[in-house]
Amino acid sequence: MCTDCPTELAKDLDGAFATLVAHHQDLVFGVARRMTKNPQDAEDLAQEAFLRAYRALGGYEKSRIRELRLRGWLARITLNLGRNRARDAAPSTAELEAALEPVGPAHDRPESVAERREAARYWKALLSELPPRFRRAVELRHVDGLSYGELAEALERPVGTVKSDVHRGTRLLRAAHQRERDRETQLMEVAR
Amino acid sequence: MVEALRELEATAPPTLAPRVLSAAGLVDAYTQIRGPIGPLLVAWGPDGITAIERAGDESGFIFEYETQHGRPLRRVERMPERLMRAVDRQLEGEHVRDLPVDLRALTEFERAVLRKTMEIPRGEVRPYAWVAREIGRPRAVRAVGSALAHNPIPFVIPCHRVVRADGHIGEYGAGGPEAKREVLAVEGVDASELERLADHGVRYFGSNTTRIFCYPSCRHARRTTERHLMQFRSAEDATSAGYRACLVCRPLVASPFAA
Repeated sequence: MCTDCPTELAKDLDGAFATLVAHHQDLVFGVARRMTKNPQDAEDLAQEAFLRAYRALGGYEKSRIRELRLRGWLARITLNLGRNRARDAAPSTAELEAALEPVGPAHDRPESVAERREAARYWKALLSELPPRFRRAVELRHVDGLSYGELAEALERPVGTVKSDVHRGTRLLRAAHQRERDRETQLMEVAR
Repeated sequence: MVEALRELEATAPPTLAPRVLSAAGLVDAYTQIRGPIGPLLVAWGPDGITAIERAGDESGFIFEYETQHGRPLRRVERMPERLMRAVDRQLEGEHVRDLPVDLRALTEFERAVLRKTMEIPRGEVRPYAWVAREIGRPRAVRAVGSALAHNPIPFVIPCHRVVRADGHIGEYGAGGPEAKREVLAVEGVDASELERLADHGVRYFGSNTTRIFCYPSCRHARRTTERHLMQFRSAEDATSAGYRACLVCRPLVASPFAA
């Protein structure tokens, strides 16, 4: 995805930056969204992350820009910025309430938009139960589709470590999913 | 499970990119200028003119621009001096060879069509098929029409100077046939007269002194006095009468090799 971007950026930062934003805005916004209470805050965070990236690129040597793993690098900027902001602001009641929201039923084949939204809520709720380290690794790998190399860049850890974090997180998530299904089956048997 | 997680990918709101670029100072600008048949909105970026539209729906212009180019647009007082001079000269009918226009959003074919169109002198018209042949794509007449209909820089790139082969003026993206007739009139082309001639089957003028034939709007044809003016129904008629095609307006002559 966008493999030409770093070359273009090195050649003409101002001309190519719009392309960079267009190609990576879903990633940056998505990472930001998971670290914020609402879409407005996420948009603010995403904007700030892109601006940091722009300013950083302005100070980099061309050779350094060409070697950037853009997706991992952008995710890292967004994660760091989001963490700093979260540190400055204590969690709100809304956030605590959201964390306590009941988990919806599982759907393997979501069909309607409503069901898909339901499924999204379900998976988000399961993800939120994972320890942060594993949750972040699974989200970047499986939601945002980052490669392990990009993941290493984003989380500032060796490739081997992020790989094992992803596997561990995925196992935990699968176990949580299985637990929910078992609980559902039990509930249905009780109802019968 | 992996599939379900992929579904969680977020979509950035459409306002994000314009906000980022605006905050980074990477915005394009636009202003209003005088055009041949009323005021125009002109937008430009670092590489030249990007869009022109007849003034009227300013917020629509901005919205379309930002969605199409992915860069925010801000209104400014006036165009940079150098750009303004180039646009003025072009609108006055000069062919400004180094006119800064940014056509990167278009395909190579569309760019070729528009560049060729810029060569048609003020006061003259050419058929769509002429443009197609001149850019080496003689069969792409329809595609030429559609490229011209989507000309992002009308007036400055004179798509109004391209007309139908049957002599009728044809469609016009910047306000329909009436607007096209109006711009042509400002440039000294009597579209109704050309249509009347065409309805009588006249496609070309020739001079019986030079034995050269031209499009009726070619400046050489217009210089020919009535006493020496010949009329032809087709290029074939003209060639079989011993006339050769004008080297300036280069009328279309069916090649014996064409299918």
